[in-house]
Amino acid sequence: MLKNRIIPCLDIKNGRVVKGINFVDLKDAGDPVEQAKIYSDGGADEICLLDITASNENRKTIYDVVKNTSKKCFVPLTVGGGVRSVDDINKLLNCGADKVSINTAAVENSKVVYESSKKFGSQCIVVAIDAKKNGNKWEVFTHGGRNNSGINALEYAKKMEESGAGELLVTSMDRDGTQVGYDIDLMSKISLKVNIPIIASGGVGNLDHLVDGIKLGNASGVLAASIFHYGTHSVKEAKEYLDSKGIPVRI
Amino acid sequence: MNVAIVDYNSGNISSVINSFEEVAKDKVNINVTSDLNKIKSCDKVVLPGQGSFKSCVDALNNIKGLVDTLNDFAINNKKPLLGICVGLQMFAEVGYEETETKGLGWISGKVSKIDNQNGKYKLPHIGWNQINILKDSKIFKDIENNSHMYFVHSYEFIPEDKSVISATTDYSSKIVCSVEKENIFGTQFHPEKSDKIGLQIINNFINL
Repeated sequence: MLKNRIIPCLDIKNGRVVKGINFVDLKDAGDPVEQAKIYSDGGADEICLLDITASNENRKTIYDVVKNTSKKCFVPLTVGGGVRSVDDINKLLNCGADKVSINTAAVENSKVVYESSKKFGSQCIVVAIDAKKNGNKWEVFTHGGRNNSGINALEYAKKMEESGAGELLVTSMDRDGTQVGYDIDLMSKISLKVNIPIIASGGVGNLDHLVDGIKLGNASGVLAASIFHYGTHSVKEAKEYLDSKGIPVRI
Repeated sequence: MNVAIVDYNSGNISSVINSFEEVAKDKVNINVTSDLNKIKSCDKVVLPGQGSFKSCVDALNNIKGLVDTLNDFAINNKKPLLGICVGLQMFAEVGYEETETKGLGWISGKVSKIDNQNGKYKLPHIGWNQINILKDSKIFKDIENNSHMYFVHSYEFIPEDKSVISATTDYSSKIVCSVEKENIFGTQFHPEKSDKIGLQIINNFINL
């Protein structure tokens, strides 16, 4: 039976982890490789690196991070943040990323998704959708949540599937950082709309939220940052909890 | 010993290279190459593959003499070869991704889309799934039955001769996820991304 995935996410800025795990015995808390290794050793099913570097000149630091991490972590590595073109995707894959997530560039030009999935295969193309509720629908936001594209998130999800995305990473902007749980309504509606797997993101505050994301949101995987970063729970604890709730996980 | 990872522009092979280098350490030379003479002189060959069946077959054919060299290596000289993902699928006679495409024809059978039972199952089949070991394959030394492996694919290999199947995995149906025919080995899952247990499979292949 296919297992549901637990995906910890590391925010990377200028090549360093920000919002890292508060482990006292860490030699270097800002070292992405060391943190990723802790996650993969702890049973993470996949690791997500999100580059939040603001300046263009520091963007290339992510390539070294990916290169070094992929030499130490033998679970799938998804990299996102600032991916603009087929060439960017190519570079990240060559550095050892297994999947690349595309956000703003996919909204601005869906050809990036079409062309990259043709070139590298759908299996490595993830489209990240940042969605915010407006009335009774959700709209897609770009540029790290700053700009409203006005595009209907459900229709956009379908369009991205048709363009060749292998997976969707769905983040609720309303819930992100709130720790009150995923936007289950959004997740389940998108999951019903498309036939590709979705990863739920944004809002996890406790382990029951992970359970809800899978059971009610129908997500194939659940992504979380804070609950793992701040040491509230380990990946192992999360998996044991999900297992106790009857959710198939890899233990 | 020399192991060749065939670099034929089949998409992203960095993870395959990283995992083999991790396992090989200094004992074994890992050559990432499309050089025919180098492939011929190696002891073992790894045939990765990402993207579609057609794109991988086209990429193989684009390198003049590569298919003949691989045929010589695996069929005539019977040296160990490991196909991963589409690398395994290409063992088949024919594949139906994008359009009907002729494969290497090393194992009779076809590659067709996984039946998702009218949308009941999501495709691609992405994530960790357990393998049911059906026969004592040499690459499964010290691998327990029901071990988890990482998968990402929408097409499956259906061999005619079921005796080549060394493991299956349960999704919408029983999917063939590992084959062994004499010196030819293949995994539908990605040992290079399957954590320590995946590295053990790579180690088993290197130690054949």
